[in-house]
Amino acid sequence: MFTIENLKFKDILRIPRLTIDQPITCIVGASGSGKTTLLKMLNRLIVPDEGVIRYNGEDLSGLNSVALRRDVVMLGQSPVIYPGTIGENLQIGRLFSQRIPRPESALREILREVGLEKLPDDGCSTLSGGERQRLCLARVLLMDADTYLLDEPSSALDKKTEEFILNLLIKFVLERGKELIVVTHSPQVAGRFPEGRIRLVRGQVEENTAHPKEGSSWKGEKKDD
Amino acid sequence: MTESAVMDLSIGQLAIAYVFVLILLVIFKSRGIRREKEILIATTRMTIQLTVMGFILMLVFRHAHWWLTVLMVAIMVGFAIFNAIKRVKIPMSRKLKQLAAFSMIFGALMTAAFFIIVVLQVRPWFNPQYFIPISGMVVGNCMTGLALGANKLCGDMADKRDVIENSLMLGATPFTATKQIVNDAFDSAILPTMNNMLTMGIVSLPGMMTGQILSGTFPLTAIKYQIGIMLAILGATALAVVLFVSLGYRTFFSKDARLLPPEEK
Repeated sequence: MFTIENLKFKDILRIPRLTIDQPITCIVGASGSGKTTLLKMLNRLIVPDEGVIRYNGEDLSGLNSVALRRDVVMLGQSPVIYPGTIGENLQIGRLFSQRIPRPESALREILREVGLEKLPDDGCSTLSGGERQRLCLARVLLMDADTYLLDEPSSALDKKTEEFILNLLIKFVLERGKELIVVTHSPQVAGRFPEGRIRLVRGQVEENTAHPKEGSSWKGEKKDD
Repeated sequence: MTESAVMDLSIGQLAIAYVFVLILLVIFKSRGIRREKEILIATTRMTIQLTVMGFILMLVFRHAHWWLTVLMVAIMVGFAIFNAIKRVKIPMSRKLKQLAAFSMIFGALMTAAFFIIVVLQVRPWFNPQYFIPISGMVVGNCMTGLALGANKLCGDMADKRDVIENSLMLGATPFTATKQIVNDAFDSAILPTMNNMLTMGIVSLPGMMTGQILSGTFPLTAIKYQIGIMLAILGATALAVVLFVSLGYRTFFSKDARLLPPEEK
């Protein structure tokens, strides 16, 4: 779905070629390796200094960024809650992306699915950090986008919530034929999808398991000598 | 208005009023508040600036020319723009400063000119006795409103980057993503003027009206001017601020709907 050519961004990223075409792709790497920057570029929240990024063959710089973000939805690192009830917070993604609001029954169902024992009419002020993250996940699931970008839930949150969110999103994406690109620290998660793992080291692609030749650690046939 | 009703104030009488500054100095001294220098500077500057303005106005009144009026108003607006920008605590981008200047010129000046020419029907239109003090009041109030609005807009745009960016991630347009921030900025700019209107005549007698009454104007005439000027101030502030905030939020975004990093605005 995404292809990158000759991308350069400050001292942060330098990617000659990268193809992301697996249903689920994990981006791993140490902090400061450029993972979040890369993810934000796919959502066009950041533009590269040089190079081309294509989504389904179309150059992102030629697309309407707002329309792109309605197909390629991103769930950020820290949960953002808007003023209003839980129900309003769930619908706001659909409002922002000019989709028709979902009925009350759908809101209750999605809350049950993400394991948030609250009602749509409840307020948000008493939610814990983990509950907020679940609410934000429910919001993006309700948007029914084509591609999901997930920046790892902040490490300040409990491991259980992080795992839960990832597992739910993975299940959702696989069942409905959608695509997911996730930045993760978790070796377990990355280990579960060995066919779609991209490792960044200091802004360069060290490894892309789906396209081994794109990794800088690729030694080609010489390796077998 | 009759001349006999006007009681001129002699310099000697005015000098007595400085006793309040002396009282303040004594209080500061006894309580150990180190503000003597500031209060002396403030008093001196106020005295000198107003005296100079008095002489300039005498001169302009005696030689009423359209260009003199325009020049005076232009200087006032220039200072007001400079001052409004200076009062914003967060550094503004060049574009935003230009927008502040444009909003002030368009909002305040258009409203003041409309009020003087169409409502008051001052003839000739540049009559300095009307044009200068009325523009001054409108521009001054507009300046305060604009500074409040700009402070709120810039503050919120900096503090709520996470929320704005999150809204963009969910497919919001920059307009939708900042709607609340823009509305809050407009609100905070216009609220003081509205609060002022609520208490006007009960808690306070406004300065212009008091001045007119002291200098012999019939109170019913004075209130008519005061009502008119309050409406002009409200209109000018609203127009300038709505222009500034509704165009201003765009300077924080790129053409392709990205929230610009603070150093790139």
